[in-house]
Amino acid sequence: MAEPVSTSTLIGSDGFELHPADETAILEQLKHYEQPQAACIDALKIVQRRHGWVPDDAIPAIARVLGIGPGAVEGVATFYSLIFRQPVGRHVVLVCDSSSCFLTGFDELKQALVNELGVDYGGTTSDNRFTLLPVCCLGACDGAPALMIDNDTYGPVTPDDLPRLLEGYP
Amino acid sequence: MSQSIPSQRQSTQYRSRLLQPETERSADTHPLTWRLRDDGEAVWLDEYLRKDGYQSVRKALNEGDPQAVIANMKEANVRGRGGAGFSAGLKWSLTLQGGDMPRGYLICNADEMEPGTFKDRLLMEQQPHLLIEGMILGAYANNSFYGYIFLRGEYVESARVLNRAIDEAREAGWLGPDINGSGFDFDIAVHTGAGRYICGEETALINSLEGKRANPRAKPPFPGQSGAWGKPSVVNNVETLCNVPAVILNGADWYQGLSGDRTKDGGTKLYGVSGPVEKPGLWELPMGTTGAEILERAGGMRDNRQLKAWLPGGASTGFLLPEHLDLPLDFDTVGKEGSRLGTGLLTVVPQEMSMVALMRNLEEFFARESCGWCTPCRDGLPWTVKLLQALEHGQGEEGDIELLDKLAADCGPGLTFCAHAPGAAMPLETALRHFRHEFEQGVGKPRGEAHEDPIPVGQV
Amino acid sequence: MAIIHVDGQDYEVNGAQNLLQACLSLGLDIPYFCWHPAMGSVGACRQCAVRQYKDEDDDKGSLVMSCMAPAADQTRISIEDEEAKAFRASVVEWLMINHPHDCPVCEEGGHCHLQDMTVMTGHDRRRYRFRKRTRRNQELGPFIAHEMNRCITCYRCVRFYNDYAGGTDLGAFGAKDNVYFGRYAEGTLESPFAGNLTEVCPTGVFTDKSHSEQYTRKWDLQFAPSVCHQCSMGCNISPGERYGSIRRIENRYHGEVNGYFLCDRGRFGYGYVNRSDRPLLPEWRQQPDEEPTTLEVDTALARITDTLRHSQRVIGIGSPRASLESNHQLRELVGADNFSTGIEAREQACLALMDDLQRTTGLHTPTPRQIENHDAILVLGEDPVQSAGRLGLNMRQAALSRREAMGEKIGIPAWNAEALKTLGQDVYHPLHIAWPTATELDDVATRYPLAPEEIARLGFAVAHIIDPAAPVVDNLDPATRDTAQRIADDLMAAERPLVVSGGSLVSDSVLQAAGNIAQALARRARQGGLVLIRREANSTGLSLMGGQTLDWAMDELTEGRADAVVVLENDLYQRLPAQRVDQALARADIRVVLDHQRTATLARASFTLPAASFAEGDGTLVNLEGRAQRFFQVYEPGYLRPEARIHESWRWLHALAAGLRREDATDVNLDEITAACAEAHPALTGMVEAAPGAGYRIEGLRLAREPHRYSGRTAMRANLSVSEPRPPQDEDTPFAFSMEGYSGFDHPRQQVAFAWAPGWNSPQAWNKFTDEVGGHLSGGDPGIRLIHRQPGHRDYSLRIPAAATAENTLRALVLPSLFGGDETSARAEPIQQRMATPVVILCHIDAEALDVHHGDTLVLGDSPAMTVHEQDDWPTGWAGLPAGLLPGLAQGEALTLSKTTGGEP
Ligand SMILES: Cc1cc2nc3c(=O)[nH]c(=O)nc-3n(C[C@H](O)[C@H](O)[C@H](O)COP(=O)(O)O)c2cc1C
Ligand code: SF4
Ligand code: FES
Repeated sequence: MAEPVSTSTLIGSDGFELHPADETAILEQLKHYEQPQAACIDALKIVQRRHGWVPDDAIPAIARVLGIGPGAVEGVATFYSLIFRQPVGRHVVLVCDSSSCFLTGFDELKQALVNELGVDYGGTTSDNRFTLLPVCCLGACDGAPALMIDNDTYGPVTPDDLPRLLEGYP
Repeated sequence: MSQSIPSQRQSTQYRSRLLQPETERSADTHPLTWRLRDDGEAVWLDEYLRKDGYQSVRKALNEGDPQAVIANMKEANVRGRGGAGFSAGLKWSLTLQGGDMPRGYLICNADEMEPGTFKDRLLMEQQPHLLIEGMILGAYANNSFYGYIFLRGEYVESARVLNRAIDEAREAGWLGPDINGSGFDFDIAVHTGAGRYICGEETALINSLEGKRANPRAKPPFPGQSGAWGKPSVVNNVETLCNVPAVILNGADWYQGLSGDRTKDGGTKLYGVSGPVEKPGLWELPMGTTGAEILERAGGMRDNRQLKAWLPGGASTGFLLPEHLDLPLDFDTVGKEGSRLGTGLLTVVPQEMSMVALMRNLEEFFARESCGWCTPCRDGLPWTVKLLQALEHGQGEEGDIELLDKLAADCGPGLTFCAHAPGAAMPLETALRHFRHEFEQGVGKPRGEAHEDPIPVGQV
Repeated sequence: MAIIHVDGQDYEVNGAQNLLQACLSLGLDIPYFCWHPAMGSVGACRQCAVRQYKDEDDDKGSLVMSCMAPAADQTRISIEDEEAKAFRASVVEWLMINHPHDCPVCEEGGHCHLQDMTVMTGHDRRRYRFRKRTRRNQELGPFIAHEMNRCITCYRCVRFYNDYAGGTDLGAFGAKDNVYFGRYAEGTLESPFAGNLTEVCPTGVFTDKSHSEQYTRKWDLQFAPSVCHQCSMGCNISPGERYGSIRRIENRYHGEVNGYFLCDRGRFGYGYVNRSDRPLLPEWRQQPDEEPTTLEVDTALARITDTLRHSQRVIGIGSPRASLESNHQLRELVGADNFSTGIEAREQACLALMDDLQRTTGLHTPTPRQIENHDAILVLGEDPVQSAGRLGLNMRQAALSRREAMGEKIGIPAWNAEALKTLGQDVYHPLHIAWPTATELDDVATRYPLAPEEIARLGFAVAHIIDPAAPVVDNLDPATRDTAQRIADDLMAAERPLVVSGGSLVSDSVLQAAGNIAQALARRARQGGLVLIRREANSTGLSLMGGQTLDWAMDELTEGRADAVVVLENDLYQRLPAQRVDQALARADIRVVLDHQRTATLARASFTLPAASFAEGDGTLVNLEGRAQRFFQVYEPGYLRPEARIHESWRWLHALAAGLRREDATDVNLDEITAACAEAHPALTGMVEAAPGAGYRIEGLRLAREPHRYSGRTAMRANLSVSEPRPPQDEDTPFAFSMEGYSGFDHPRQQVAFAWAPGWNSPQAWNKFTDEVGGHLSGGDPGIRLIHRQPGHRDYSLRIPAAATAENTLRALVLPSLFGGDETSARAEPIQQRMATPVVILCHIDAEALDVHHGDTLVLGDSPAMTVHEQDDWPTGWAGLPAGLLPGLAQGEALTLSKTTGGEP
């Protein structure tokens, strides 16, 4: 539906180039929406899929592809919790800290994770393997306490399960 | 990932499930779940069609009267399952249509992030076509030309299932131009989010869909007047939309009858329980089922613990006490007790749980998930968190509890821009009311005494 | 009109407003943050809560946000309700949780809306005992300082910057209680309207960096009602002075011209006033290349009159950046036959044509505010943001206002800002811009990158479509015909079509084309408008006054028909090629130059007289509407610098004229000069009415230039003398150089030096001086229109240029440029930092012919190296050069550009 806007400005490029495949994927997303801005979150996710996070220079690059302002793109990138504007490890562990998990052993699970990984929220293990982050209720409350590693949801997870569970993510 | 997967991955992998066997469910009594399979596999198109799938679309589109669909829904009084309980039929009747109004959007709210809520996931993972069918009917009634399923990013499996089902439906002519030869065209895209609870608020959801920051919008204008990209838009919860096909097929009276004389709200509801119970889970039960019945299905409290309090429908509902267990769980009854039905998924609190700690956890959630638009929520909630943290550590001061009272009151309905902060206020207000003594125990200092810095600041 | 009941009283209000605006307009105080009169309501801050009752019988009511509730008839509210008050107190308390409480070192202190609202709500005890959240700041360029810790998250900055002004680099980042307003990456804010952030922000997050270096509290600044001298818009400003220098420029509210906003050239371009190299004393130089010697006033006057008296013929060269009064006095001195406007011939012809079109096409010239109500706009050969700053903002609002029309249909009130933004995403009233390169308005416009002649042809074609009686354009290519049809359709479909053109291209045919369109439209749309942009602050005034061209003056001198010249506030080298000016000046035996800047022309003077800038003098300017506006002296330069001999040029020239007549230079005052000027020029008769005369009093009082709390007055001159001298007396105006005098808002007045009301120290205090908030000054908006539509007849112009043919020459297309394109502001340091690096825009064909690529450098003669910017759709045969880059370069001049080899530009 929406067409990307081509802008002719006096400002030159700042070096960062979107991977051509990513650019194509972003443009593909535009088809679903009335306006190009709507593909902003998709675009950030596409870039994140490649780099693990959204590097600074990707912001104006995405803005250019979508024909919107870089301020708007950064505003979106920093709003959503699953868009990472700082580098993360190869795997992201999202541990649910909401009420049902809190009532069923979150504290112990979280502590076990911190012990196991040696990092707290926001931290990345020194081998760059895991980054630990909290997440809202994963909608797995009948399997609480729950956590998510990359795209996989686990629950209920006991501290004892952790070492072998993490093993699956080299 | 194709490597050999340690067995732990399999054993702890979370799977959404319904704790009612096929034998217990029938088309007459379990409109939402009767088609579900015991093996938990998704019901794909063939099977769905075999089980009366798309019959109601066929029926409604053949009759050719969108207004009749709305009338049916209004009469059945299907109340929104997203938490607010607003009549879907009434909402639809307010959508701007006709004249030079452009055709708009039908948006399914599949953001399910309310703590304690895990019902929409089941419907999407196991019965995607029911949702699609509901959406087609909704689109037909509201003259929507395009639909979005706004799905939270973490529901990876739902996205996979829905996308496959949408492809199936499109292939079979249930989506796309001229659906089933009716001349009506409609299609659906799955839009996945990137986190943030506030995206579930319908107007914030629309902003997020438009690729913007998920700040809610002022109402009026309501989405039905000016929604996505300013077009008339309808936002309904997954479960709400899944109710539509059966209503259209079987009629309003049948629907009303489903709940018997338990309540004047009709239909069934996906009820559930989480927290320290023996068998946390989900059941499709008649609207107005009591907390006691549901808790019994869950096998009661785990390890013989005592029930201290419960939330009837997610973190943003007010605490109820054991004495409330015998009330029919419908919108109005729960409302009268100073709480809300919310999503109808119970969270139970055992006796030994500190209400101060639990409130701290809840308020951390609400403060963290504030969109940051309006002042009471953005700056008031973090203050409640700090006060609760202080009380939890015995560092409370005289006056802190009154301050919490005031903060809860100041975050009430109408005072904030959207219902997020009131959702934070309701559990706080009820906890302070029912369990004030626990909070009082945290007051260890006279007012204004110098504090050691830092008070634990927490993650907020 | 609607009746509302507030705390038991009945009031009549404008029912189209929200309750907050209606109550503020009544003079009732309700605290607020996120609402802004120009930007509408969003309901974010929750500060404006009041209790609303359903009807007479409802005694419970509920709290509502007054900014989000309509002022509908029979609305009942209470502002004084205890619960409402308590809630408002809570809101401020929350906002202050993380605020640094750094008022003593904060530059906003003393004109801070947050301070005002905190006092208004009575919050004075901190109960929050936990740690504050802190932030890092960004470096945002030469204009704006950033201190994020002070932010109260009202979202006004992004709403102004992005939604109102079309910026894209500022944003709101993060969420929850950690929302950060800044640039997506550190760097200069790109919007040319960024300066308004300093006034839009209710606290000290965005402050004026040019002020930081010479900071003074608002209450210690001396103000006067002034008019910006940096372009022809005539925005009203309130310059603040301390210790003999201008410390900042604030917007002075004008309901029809600038509203609440200025452009950055106007706000930050004042630095030339404070330059240390300004001439302070008369100077004399026997030989052109000699070091000058300073003279006392009497000596200087005597010597100048003496030499002038011995001259055979004295030519006076006026200036479109000087006041009418000064130009008039020059004309009086040299005689009408010897007076030149100081404007180059082709530009002057364009100015005359613009005056004429404004009178004769039948379309009226809207005020800038009225432009916002036009529902289709064609811009022919102008880049409004670059040539008339603030005007571009009005035009953007016009394009955006389509939303309001859409909202009206489904019942969304005009103040419901976010709802309208949602509804009207990417739908705009048609805005067509015929201009060769990118403009700031492109995001809401359709632009046609055409060469000047093509722009004219397009315009003529549009006129012909609208009215077949208008001449037809021969050999029109099909693409242009389609474009013309589209534009004509939009203009014809509109209720209030607007044609905007101007002098930037110095093209008679472009203006004639605009005239034809206006005339064609006038026959159809009764509410159409025509806006013509002039170049300088008083171009319109000078054109109305009339006089010979600058070329004529040069010829008279060069050819020896005159041997003396008096140049008024004009750097001739900016207007004509240096060689030509050199030649002419060399032939003049006496060169008297009056200026406040050391220009190239002043460097050639035999006598210089130190002229007052706008800050030190009074006078009258005529803006692009034809509105005569008075600007008033801000401070007396001699008070703190007794050695300075700075006077208004009109005063110098009056003294010289008296001297020539061998009369004593009796004192003269502004009113006399203004009256004489008005009398001498029929077109300027109305200028007397532009502002009240020196005798104007309110309650028997003069008007104060200084706020009540102005401090240290008795010590200001302690380095000179410990006794406090009498403040200078202002014989020219009703203003006093002190805090003595009227500064209130109860008595309606037009001339407000600074806006202050009890409890209202910030720019929001303007709301006390208006008839309704966001409306007009309660004494009427200042100024008076001098150009009126005349009944009568204009013949369609037939001067259609021929279609361009391929030529081998490259011609200069001088592009107006906001930063650097104006002689005086270009001398201000922060503006210099914002000036574009020298570029030359070329199309690929011409670049190839010159054997250069994007990024290479070219020179013109001994010019600085210019970086080549290749633009795909740039017209062939033209080289785009920003104004101010090559002084004296004429529009359309043939160029010989040569490639530089190696080296940095
Ligand atoms: C903070 C907040 C979060 C919400 N989250 C959800 C959600 O995840 N899913 C949902 O269906 N409704 C959610 N709602 C309710 C929606 O705003 C809206 O009422 C609902 O989607 C309407 O659908 P229904 O009428 O079918 O219930 C939320 C509301 C608020 C205030
Ligand atoms: S209550 Fe206010 S800050 Fe909180 S989520 Fe809603 S709009 Fe955002
Ligand atoms: S001014 Fe009304 S909510 Fe901000």
